[in-house]
Amino acid sequence: MATKTLYDKLWDAHLVKQRDDGSALIYIDRQLLHEVTSPQAFEGLRIAGRQPWRIDANLATPDHNVPTTDRSKGVQGIADPVSRIQVQTLDDNCDEFGIVEFKMADKRQGVVHVVGPEQGATLPGMTVVCGDSHTSTHGAFGALAHGIGTSEVEHVLATQTLIQKKMKNMLVRVNGKVSQGITGKDIILAIIGKIGTAGGTGYAIEFGGEAIQDLSMEGRMTVCNMAIEAGARAGMIAVDQTTIDYVKGRPFSPKGAMWDKAVEAWQDLKSDADAEFDKVVELNGLDIQPQVTWGTSPEMVLPVSAKVPNPAHEQDAVIKEGIERALQYMGLNADMPISDIQLDRVFIGSCTNSRIEDLRAAAKIVKGRTVAASLKQALVVPGSGLVKAQAEQEGLDRIFIEAGLEWREPGCSMCLAMNADKLGQGEHCASTSNRNFEGRQGFGGRTHLVSPAMAAAAAIAGHFVDVREFTV
Amino acid sequence: MRKFTEMNGVVAPMDRANVDTDMIIPKQFLKSIKRTGFGKNLFDELRYLDEGKPDQSCEGRPINEDFVLNQARYAGSSVLLARQNFGCGSSREHAPWALEDFGFRVIIAPSFADIFFNNCFKNGLLPIVLDEAIVDRLFSDVAQTEGYSLGVDLIKQQVTTPNGDSFRFDVDTFRKHCLVNGLDDIGVTLEDASAIKSYEERRRKSAPWLFASSNA
Repeated sequence: MATKTLYDKLWDAHLVKQRDDGSALIYIDRQLLHEVTSPQAFEGLRIAGRQPWRIDANLATPDHNVPTTDRSKGVQGIADPVSRIQVQTLDDNCDEFGIVEFKMADKRQGVVHVVGPEQGATLPGMTVVCGDSHTSTHGAFGALAHGIGTSEVEHVLATQTLIQKKMKNMLVRVNGKVSQGITGKDIILAIIGKIGTAGGTGYAIEFGGEAIQDLSMEGRMTVCNMAIEAGARAGMIAVDQTTIDYVKGRPFSPKGAMWDKAVEAWQDLKSDADAEFDKVVELNGLDIQPQVTWGTSPEMVLPVSAKVPNPAHEQDAVIKEGIERALQYMGLNADMPISDIQLDRVFIGSCTNSRIEDLRAAAKIVKGRTVAASLKQALVVPGSGLVKAQAEQEGLDRIFIEAGLEWREPGCSMCLAMNADKLGQGEHCASTSNRNFEGRQGFGGRTHLVSPAMAAAAAIAGHFVDVREFTV
Repeated sequence: MRKFTEMNGVVAPMDRANVDTDMIIPKQFLKSIKRTGFGKNLFDELRYLDEGKPDQSCEGRPINEDFVLNQARYAGSSVLLARQNFGCGSSREHAPWALEDFGFRVIIAPSFADIFFNNCFKNGLLPIVLDEAIVDRLFSDVAQTEGYSLGVDLIKQQVTTPNGDSFRFDVDTFRKHCLVNGLDDIGVTLEDASAIKSYEERRRKSAPWLFASSNA
């Protein structure tokens, strides 16, 4: 029998029908829904008079538009009327179709990609989709997970399948250990820096190697979360004991005899030893330093010790123009040290980095210190109500507040600034989110992507510092 | 979905790589619960000099005269010529909705981001991949000739220049079939409802935990 990659196995296990024209019908085990990309899909169902194929395969929570401040007035308390209607529409649609939803007042509400795994709604071997490109996060569980558009959200609601063409296989192997203080975020940013934002286009990426295996599930989710920033819709990591330990005992996880049966099946969720990949990329863990993006694309990333690039040294005309445009937008000079970039705001949160370990890492840095006076704001936005409760139980909220950071309610918040949390024009932000595109965090805002520890250190210093040498 | 067979249209050049979907339609406009009306905010942060707000009229907003879609020579364009990795970033289908609503029917680029590429086909918008060298040539032709237009024939899978040069492009058989006939994917898939049901029956036996109701 031919050897298979993890992706091949997941594909084969979900193949409903291979069509003669090269397309295939793939079964979807779990669909996560949020308020931004689902209203038109529900509307489509209603117009066509269709019912959801399998209601219990869906799980919903509002996240993009929700305020991170006082929520005592519920949905009616959302100041922006357009946001309010969108959140209300999700509630109405889930009520109408009988879909389980963690509404704004539910302590389980949060960023959809934090909530799914936290609830055990994401399981090894599943196909997971959501109308959100960061659905690749769930691949950390040895699942096939990727973002889809709203038409496909409707397609999954109506048919429990997607029409797909198989992607190619890429292995990204991070060999050896990483040095102390290097996180999943630094690893994935270094990978994107190496292969570029289109490097994974057309591929499903499997992340492997010792440095990946050493990561906790939360670190693995951070890595897979940003597979899309390398152009790959899906990123994934083989199942091991770390995966199984994380999944055990969660509300949606199988129990009893069913659990034993599932664990047995999950043992096979790894690439065969001699499986062939269409492309293999290797990095040495020890080469990876704390990463900071300087430009307007996640591939515009460098170690914190580096200097901002000089377009004069670039031969390729398109790349050169890209650098010039980015420097102008970011208000940076060629060859300036990255550590000289002065910050206006700090954002710790998003589906990339808002889990409990992220908050612990940030709290460890800011404990007993004070946010730089030059900073206008430093926000900490936990990924879910349960993460928030856990952090408060550990006293992390007090550490943040005493250091001068703001402790907020869960949601996507300043990652994409659909709610009230946003950058002002020209402001520089150290952000633990995933995209540094022009205007992403607010009109004219300037985003620098970093790990939670790096963001925390930057909040204290007012500029970027190597967290490994941080002893202010 | 609107059918697509052939068309001829004025070409607008978007001469930058890695155009992301945040740029195509900024997040504040994603708050709409409709599929229509996004065209006026297409490339909002590049087209206008002020910050756009949802539910706001764009008349009277300060225009960025340098931006390609604000130049008279590209008025009424329906073919967008772009660079590599067009449509990267967020999966928002609002991006193809905005392009389509503005009047584009075709986007030509050396490469597209996967999710965006897929979303286009669901909305009667045809993304065409041509070699970088051909795209370079088209950029230079467009710059030199005011009112430059291209013919696009999906049946023949061919792009034709005003002087009669033509370039063949690839398109998936299924996607072409749906676009040419204006078919709704869901309707096509539901013809296979029995295959989906029998898959579920098999899977329920081999992996029953995937079908257990939550105790949430």
